[in-house]
Amino acid sequence: MNTDQAAPLKESWWARLTQSKYFIYILISPLFLVLLAYVIYPFYQTFIQSVVGSEGAGIGNYKRFFSLESTANLEALWTSIYISVISVITCAIVGVTMAFLIERYEFPGRKILSILVLVPMALPPLVGVLSFTFLYGESGIIPRALQALFHLDSVPFSLKGITGVIVVHTFTMYTYFYLTASAAIKGLDPSLEEAATSLGSGRIRIWVKVILPMLTPAMVASALLVFMIAMASYTAPLMFGVERTMTMQIYLSRTNGNLDMAATQSTILSIVSIAFLIMMRWYQGRRNFQNQSKGISVHRTELRTPFMKYLSMLLSFIGVIILMLPILVLVLISFSVDGEWTIQIIPSAYTFDHYIALFTDERTWRPIWNSLQMSFVATIGNILFGVAAAYAMIRTRFKGKALLDILIMIPWALPGTVVAVNLIAAFSEPSVFSFNQVLIGTFWILPLAYFVRHLPLIFRSTSAALMQMDQSVEEAARSLGANWWYTFRRVVVPMAFSGILAGTLLAMVQGLGEFVASILIYSTSTMPLSVAIFQKMYAFQFGTACAYGVLQILLIIFVLFISQKLTNGKAGAVI
Amino acid sequence: MKSVRLDHVSKMFGTAKGVEHVAIDVKPGEFFTFLGPSGCGKTTTLRMIAGFYYPTKGKIFFDNRDVTTLQPNKRNIGMVFQNYALFPHMTVFENIAFGLEVRKLSKSVIKEKVERAQKLVYLDKYGTRKINELSGGQQQRVALARALVIEPDILLLDEPLSNLDAKLREETRLEIKRLQVELGVTTIYVTHDQTEAMTMSDRIMVMKEGVVQQIGTPQEIYNRPANHFVASFIGESNMLEGEVMEISGSTVKVKVDSDLQVEGVLDTAINKIKVEVGKSVKLSIRPEAIFEGQGPNQLHGTIQLVEFTGVSINYLVQVGSATLKVMIINKGNQILKRGDSISLYVPEKGVYFINE
Repeated sequence: MNTDQAAPLKESWWARLTQSKYFIYILISPLFLVLLAYVIYPFYQTFIQSVVGSEGAGIGNYKRFFSLESTANLEALWTSIYISVISVITCAIVGVTMAFLIERYEFPGRKILSILVLVPMALPPLVGVLSFTFLYGESGIIPRALQALFHLDSVPFSLKGITGVIVVHTFTMYTYFYLTASAAIKGLDPSLEEAATSLGSGRIRIWVKVILPMLTPAMVASALLVFMIAMASYTAPLMFGVERTMTMQIYLSRTNGNLDMAATQSTILSIVSIAFLIMMRWYQGRRNFQNQSKGISVHRTELRTPFMKYLSMLLSFIGVIILMLPILVLVLISFSVDGEWTIQIIPSAYTFDHYIALFTDERTWRPIWNSLQMSFVATIGNILFGVAAAYAMIRTRFKGKALLDILIMIPWALPGTVVAVNLIAAFSEPSVFSFNQVLIGTFWILPLAYFVRHLPLIFRSTSAALMQMDQSVEEAARSLGANWWYTFRRVVVPMAFSGILAGTLLAMVQGLGEFVASILIYSTSTMPLSVAIFQKMYAFQFGTACAYGVLQILLIIFVLFISQKLTNGKAGAVI
Repeated sequence: MKSVRLDHVSKMFGTAKGVEHVAIDVKPGEFFTFLGPSGCGKTTTLRMIAGFYYPTKGKIFFDNRDVTTLQPNKRNIGMVFQNYALFPHMTVFENIAFGLEVRKLSKSVIKEKVERAQKLVYLDKYGTRKINELSGGQQQRVALARALVIEPDILLLDEPLSNLDAKLREETRLEIKRLQVELGVTTIYVTHDQTEAMTMSDRIMVMKEGVVQQIGTPQEIYNRPANHFVASFIGESNMLEGEVMEISGSTVKVKVDSDLQVEGVLDTAINKIKVEVGKSVKLSIRPEAIFEGQGPNQLHGTIQLVEFTGVSINYLVQVGSATLKVMIINKGNQILKRGDSISLYVPEKGVYFINE
C-alpha cells in the first residue's frame, strides 16, 4: 500500500502541470512562436515599411499606388487581375474538357493521355516557361519550322507578352481543374443520371440539373486556387517581358531601390491573396456533395462511328505531342553545344558534356549542391513543424485552432515574391527571431524562405494521414502502459509515415526548384539551382540550363511516383 | 485483481452533462457490466476508469489508491476497444508484445508470455501475420490477448462484440467469460445488448441519459426492475397503469379498466413505493408470467396477432382497453388463431409494481 501511495506524491507537481487543461497551450506555443517569427513578423515589418517609409509616417505610399496621375501601379494591378481571370477561364475549359473526355469516353489513346495529362505538374515553373520560349517564342522551334516549311518572310506566330503568359498559365495550371473535376466526375454516381433519365428528363436537363450542380463545388474551389496562383505568377511575366503585373512591379521597385513602394505593393498583393485564401477555406467548409453510394462503377461511352474514332485518335495524338513537347525540347537542347544554336530551327551540334559537367565541374555542380543543402535544411524544419502542427491540429483541443490553421496556410497563399520582400524587411536588421543576426546575404535566408513557402506541405500530408488513423489506436497504446512519447514514436509516426514521407519528398523537390523567392534574396556564394538556370539562360548557355532543368524534372517525376505509391494514388490531395 | 470504486463521479462536457453521480463498488474478480442505450454515459464512465477522461467531480479508487487523475499508462489496465484498435503496422506477435515491451521485460520473457497468450486465444500459429490478414473474430482475439498479457489489475471491455456477426458473437461471448473466470481478473464490460449483460455479468449497472437507474445482479434487474425504463429495456414487459382499489396486508388490488383487474404482492422492503387507495399506480407483467387457463387474476381476451418462434408461441391479446404480450412455452399445444378468445391468468408474483 505504501509504495502505491508514494507514487502520486512524487510526481504531483509534474502531474498537476501536465494534467492542467492549460498544459496544451505550453505545448503548442512553439508552433505559434515560429509562425509569429517567420510569417507574421516579416509581414508586419513590410507593412510598417510601407506606412512609415523614408518620408515620414502616413498612407502616402498607398495614395501614390492608387493615384490616377501615374497609373503604372493601377495598370499592374489591373493586368494581374485580367491575366488571372483569363487564366481561370482557359484552365477551366481545358481542364474540365480533358477530365470529361478521359473519365467518360473510351477512345484509342485514352490510357496514355490519362497519364500524360499530368505532365505539366512535373515542370518546375522556371523550366516550364523556359521550354515554352524555346518552343513557341519568337525564335522558337515551332514558329521557325513553320516559316521554313511554308517559305514565309517572317515567323507566322510566336508567343509573347500577355498572350504568352496566359498560354503558359493554361498549360501549367489546367491540372488543378483537371484533378478536381476528374475526382468529382469519378465520384458522380452514374445511377443518379440513370435515375434522372428514368424520371423522364432529357440529356440537357440532366446536365443542367444534375451534373453541373454536382461539379460546381469542385469548380469554384479550383477557380479560386488558379486565380490565386496566377496572381502570384512571376516567372511567366518575367520571361515574356510583361512588366506591368504586381509581382514584376515589386521586383522592379526593389531593383530600382524604391523599397517603400515595393513594400506597399507587397502589402496590397498579400491582402488580395489572403482574401482569396479565406474565401477558399470558407467555401471548402461548405462544399460537401459527397456521394452516398459506395462502389461506383464507371461506364465509359464508346465512340462507335469510324469517323469519330479516327478523329479522336488524331486529337489524342496531338494532345500527347503538345504535352510531351516541352520535356522533349528540354532534353534535346540539353545535349546541344552551347553557343552553336543561333538561327537554325533546331540545334546543329550535340554533346554529352553538360551532363558530365553537372557532376564533375565544380562550378556547375556548386548550385546543385547549394540547393540540395538549403532544401535539406528547410525540409528538416518543415518536418519538425509540420508533424507537430498536424498532430496538434488533429489530435488535441485548444482555443485558436482556426487561427493556427489559417496562419499555416497563409505562406502557401502568399506569392513567393512577397515572401522574399517580407523576409528582407524583417531580417536585414538583427532581430530576436534571427538570434540577433542579419540573415540577408547569409546562407540561412534561403532555407528560411523555403521553410516558410513550403510550410503547409508536410502539415497537410501528415494531417491527412492522421485523420485516417483511428484515435483509439493511440488510446490502446496508452492503456497498455506506453507514455505519450513512446506512443508517438512507436504508433503515431509509423502509422502516419507514408503521409509524412510524401510531404517531405514534395517539400524537398519544391525547395530544389524554388525560383521566385530565391531570385530576390540569393547571394552569389549560395546561388541556388534555379537562379543558376536563369543566369545560364541569359549567358546563352542553353545546353547547361536545360541539363539542369532535365535533372529537376527527373527528380520531380521520381518524387511524384514515390508519393503516388505511398498514398495509393491520392497524391492529388498532397499537392 | 483489484477492486474499483467510483465515489459519486460526474463528468461534464462543457455545459453538456455526460454522467452524473455514479457510485459503484466493483469487487475484486467481479464481472461488472454497464448496460444502456447509446448516449447513456456508459462509455464515458468506462473511459474515466481507463483514464482517458478525468471526472469533473468525484473520485476513482483502485483498491485504496486514488487514481482519479492518474495517467492511463500508469493504471495497469487492459482495455479492449470496440474497433479493437490494433496496430496495423505490426504483426500479431508485435501487437501482443507491445505492452510487455513498454514494461521493459527481457526478450525471452516477452516471447514466452506472448506465446502463452496466443495459445490462450487459439492464435498460436498466427504470430507473424499482419493485422489486415486476420478475420474479425481473430482480430478480436488478438485485442483480448494484448489486453490480458500484461496481467492487468482491471480488464475494461468497450462493446467488444458489436463488430462481430451473430454466430461469432455468441462464441466470443463464451470465450471472454471463460478467460475471465479462469484468470479471475476484475472486469468492467460495456454493452447495449441485454443478452450479453444478462448472460455474462455478476452484476449490472443500468444507465440512461447519464443517470444510474439500477445496480444489481441479472436476476434482480430482471425480476425487480427499479423503474419503467429498466423494466422495458431489459426483456419484454407489459406496462399497465391503474387505480388502487384495495390494500389488504401486502396484497394490492388494481383496476386498469373494468375488464382488467389484477392483484399483486407488494414487498415494500425491496420496492420502495407508496400505494394509497384511490391513487394511480404503475405495474409491469412479463409476457412469460401470463399463463393460459384458469387461475388467480383471471383475464379474458381476444387474440390479435400470433407469432411462432419455435421455443414459444407469442400472442398479442386484447384485454379490455389494454393489449398484452403473452408468451406461452411451446409444449406442442394447439396454436390459436387471430380472433379466437383466450383465457389467461397471472400468478400474484408475476405482478410487479414499479416507480415512474
